[in-house]
Amino acid sequence: MANKAYQRVYTHLEAITKATVSLHAKGVSNDELAVVDGRLAQVVRTKGDLVTLQVFSGTEGIPTNAEAAFLGEPPVLKVGEQLSGRFFNAYGHPIDGGPETEGEERQIGGPSVNPYKRRQPSQLIPTGIAGIDLNNTIVSGQKIPFFADPDQPYNQVMADVALRADVDKIILGGMGLSNDDYLFFRHAFESAGALDKIICFINTTEDPPVERLLIPDMALTAAEYFAVDKNEKVLVLLTDMTLYADALSIVSNRMDQIPSKDSMPGSLYSDLAKIYEKAVQLPSGGSITIIAVTTLNDGDITHAIPDNTGYITEGQLFLRADPDSGKVIIDPFRSLSRLKQLVQNKKTRSDHSQVMNAGVRLYADAQNAKTKLENGFDLSDYDHRCLAYAKEYAERLLSIDVNISIDEMLDTAWELFSKYFTKAETGIKQSLTDEFWVEK
Amino acid sequence: MKTTGIVTGIVSNLVTVEVNGPVAENEICYIDLGGVKMMAEVIKVNGNKAQVQVFESTRGLKNGDTAEFEGRMLEATLGPGLLSSVYDGLLNDLTSMEGVFLKRGEYTDPLNHEKLWEFTPLAAPGDKVAAADWLGEVKEGWLPHKIMVPFSFKGEYTVESIAEAGSYNIDKEIAVLVNADGEKVPVTMTQKWPVKVAIKGYREKPRPYRIMETGVRVIDTLNPIAEGGTGFIPGPFGCGKTVLQHAIAKQGDADVIVMAACGERANEVVEIFTEFPELVDPHTGRKLMERTTIICNTSNMPVAAREASVYTAMTICEYYRAMGLKCLLLADSTSRWAQALREMSNRMEELPGADAFPVDLSAIIASFYSRAGMVVLNNGRTGAVTVIGTVSPAGGNLKEPVTESTKKAARCFYALEQSRADQKRYPAVNPIDSYSKYLEYPEIREYLDKTIEPGWVDKVQKAKNIIRRGREANEQINILGDDGVPMGYHIQFWKSELVDFVILQQDAFDAVDSLCPLERQRFMLDFVLGICDREFEFEDFEKCRDWFKNVINELRQMNYSEFKSDRFNDYHKSIIKLVEEYGK
Repeated sequence: MANKAYQRVYTHLEAITKATVSLHAKGVSNDELAVVDGRLAQVVRTKGDLVTLQVFSGTEGIPTNAEAAFLGEPPVLKVGEQLSGRFFNAYGHPIDGGPETEGEERQIGGPSVNPYKRRQPSQLIPTGIAGIDLNNTIVSGQKIPFFADPDQPYNQVMADVALRADVDKIILGGMGLSNDDYLFFRHAFESAGALDKIICFINTTEDPPVERLLIPDMALTAAEYFAVDKNEKVLVLLTDMTLYADALSIVSNRMDQIPSKDSMPGSLYSDLAKIYEKAVQLPSGGSITIIAVTTLNDGDITHAIPDNTGYITEGQLFLRADPDSGKVIIDPFRSLSRLKQLVQNKKTRSDHSQVMNAGVRLYADAQNAKTKLENGFDLSDYDHRCLAYAKEYAERLLSIDVNISIDEMLDTAWELFSKYFTKAETGIKQSLTDEFWVEK
Repeated sequence: MKTTGIVTGIVSNLVTVEVNGPVAENEICYIDLGGVKMMAEVIKVNGNKAQVQVFESTRGLKNGDTAEFEGRMLEATLGPGLLSSVYDGLLNDLTSMEGVFLKRGEYTDPLNHEKLWEFTPLAAPGDKVAAADWLGEVKEGWLPHKIMVPFSFKGEYTVESIAEAGSYNIDKEIAVLVNADGEKVPVTMTQKWPVKVAIKGYREKPRPYRIMETGVRVIDTLNPIAEGGTGFIPGPFGCGKTVLQHAIAKQGDADVIVMAACGERANEVVEIFTEFPELVDPHTGRKLMERTTIICNTSNMPVAAREASVYTAMTICEYYRAMGLKCLLLADSTSRWAQALREMSNRMEELPGADAFPVDLSAIIASFYSRAGMVVLNNGRTGAVTVIGTVSPAGGNLKEPVTESTKKAARCFYALEQSRADQKRYPAVNPIDSYSKYLEYPEIREYLDKTIEPGWVDKVQKAKNIIRRGREANEQINILGDDGVPMGYHIQFWKSELVDFVILQQDAFDAVDSLCPLERQRFMLDFVLGICDREFEFEDFEKCRDWFKNVINELRQMNYSEFKSDRFNDYHKSIIKLVEEYGK
């Protein structure tokens, strides 16, 4: 990035850490960008005239006599229709070989939507996956992450969900994406013929980790342009937010901040909330829906990253391998969509919520039966029926490779209830069993 | 002359200002960022350096920018029109702001200055009055909103004149008071009060002796909260904290409800202001929004204002309590407030306490909850502020500083449990670990004996015992197997399931079941305990299970039916028949 002529150039760095440099400078504003030794950096602290800068690409090889110049404003993205179909790096520069985009410059990480100007999310986003549509229905304007161990196919599921969702724009923010996964997304979007509605901001494992901190704000600034200015339905995919949080902890550590739980910065909750709360249903009809990925360490959701995420997002979709059916399923116990009741029984059939609850309750009974079996106890007739039901339920409904309509999901559930249980055992309201029970 | 200062350091929203005069702890200042005035609060002073927390984003702020100190603490403007409003943590009216996005330095008036209120005087010239005494009243919706002698007035005053009955706006001088020195002081319908200071101006604060009905069985029946009491709901995410809190907000028997959405999701606030104007208050038949004020500082709004939001909400409650009203403050979530304190403490490089929280966290939480209570006003009437806070413990682990500090301060504990939530046993309040200290109060027991039925608390204890014994039986069954334990264990277990499914569990999304009045709670508990009192005999455990499952199913259908309706009575009769057949 070229220095402008009138800028004062500083040539002495006071201190250097792996992620930050400090120097004496005057007239510097908070959050402002700077170029240090040709690398982009941002002001994170000023104390008297000592300014600390976070260097996005790392400080390897920066000498104490490096040139530093301030650019006078925070990071910006040039927004416009030209963004469509393009792939960018963390700074908003194209990485697809195409030309630089033109458009109005917008500061990233801008202000929050006035909560009173929001509308209640009410549009269902069908995905064809029963673990989502039936048990954890997603609504536009919602923010929800996949919680998954690193060996789960979360990026594939997310790509499926994105391509099936009925939205105007899909914006992918990839943080610490492996090159293979980056190419997977590219291929998936291209082969679906959906490139014109896709925008990608990509930081791969080959790029410096601190650069990742820009990715969500870039993606969401683009999303706000299309949702607010163009009234479009925008779906933002963020993967992997755990790597984003790791980058936060690197910077905070280099700034000598006292870490809280799991060596994460004390501000982790606010930092994550600033991103996820960009999800919004606007009165004009535009919306931003965020589907993210938070990778877990061996299913541990008490770690600070998934824990804080869970308190911020409107539920979570938990991926796990089911040994009985041999499929990857969306765990019905640990998954939750907090906004599901806004559409269930309203935008879907009147039996939806009761069928969902009964299905999960009976699946829980099957888990108890399984525990009994493992402990070497005799199983009752009911236990056997539960186990048989659970296997079929996992295969036909919980598995992520299901792709059917919500009515078909409900019909499948009734078919399974009628096959394995009595009406009383399902505990469903009588008025519904009267209507939907499949007589043998 | 006002103290001014110059910015000399910035870390996120913590700004160091070099001042040229006196500053007070918690004093408000405005920092000038290119013409935009951003509000900030002094949190630490060292020599001529004041550290202030800015209630806005400090992006673009420079060293050398100027600040002007106001000589006052953060204040709330109080007056008619606070109800049915949506404010941010600093009491800015969010509904009157332009544009979709919040703008820095945009501060709006919480009250409408044009609106006319029907005023009736309550005091007469010559009356001796003191702070918080009633001078007149206006109708705010259906509530009598008292116009009071400002809380900040010290000593005794004489009413010199008072406005006649009529329609006035809030700025109308409705009375002139004369103090002991003969100074005349005009009084309007509004007054200001520093939010971090408790409003006193009442005669005494007795122990609470009444129950605040919530219509939620697991609270009212098992662990009731007192009017003017304190309680808190800790729980991991996904355990139904929000649903439970909204149920309390919809059904709680209070005149005024203030919901402080403190660092939580914006969509939850949207749910409230979308649904509450439509929903009907079960106690008055009026729209819920008429009695509700929303203080909304969601998680993406500036962190410093989060801390202010709970105090602002408390101040509004205390203001209405001084009118002799029953107020309920729902603070969701106090953990976010504690985290805001932690962020600032961290930026000030203070030595941290447990989990990097500030060391005085416990004291801060205790002093906040201590502002709750039932009070006897100077005129002998009573008013109450009941506080229910939620806590979001990190990792769902209740051994963390915010939960532990709150446990010391609040008297009701509603522990939400992951395993109950996993089994969809909602509300997922753990019946054994949760408690209400109010059940130990003789005055509360007496009240329950009188209003529900004699010996009520003993029945509640009996229900809890059934659950406890059921758990023990279940553990034995799990260890020894279905066939390895005597039939009595199975019956013991299924009796506890009966209490669990019918009394503890409640469908918050069902129009009938969601709200269970005390009379119905009495009926159901008596009925269920009556069944549990019976001795049963079954051939084998499967028969036992099937029989109980069937009874539970019918009892649940009863919960879904209108109280004492034909359907309800039919299920009642059918269950009695079932019990007669098997019980002895």
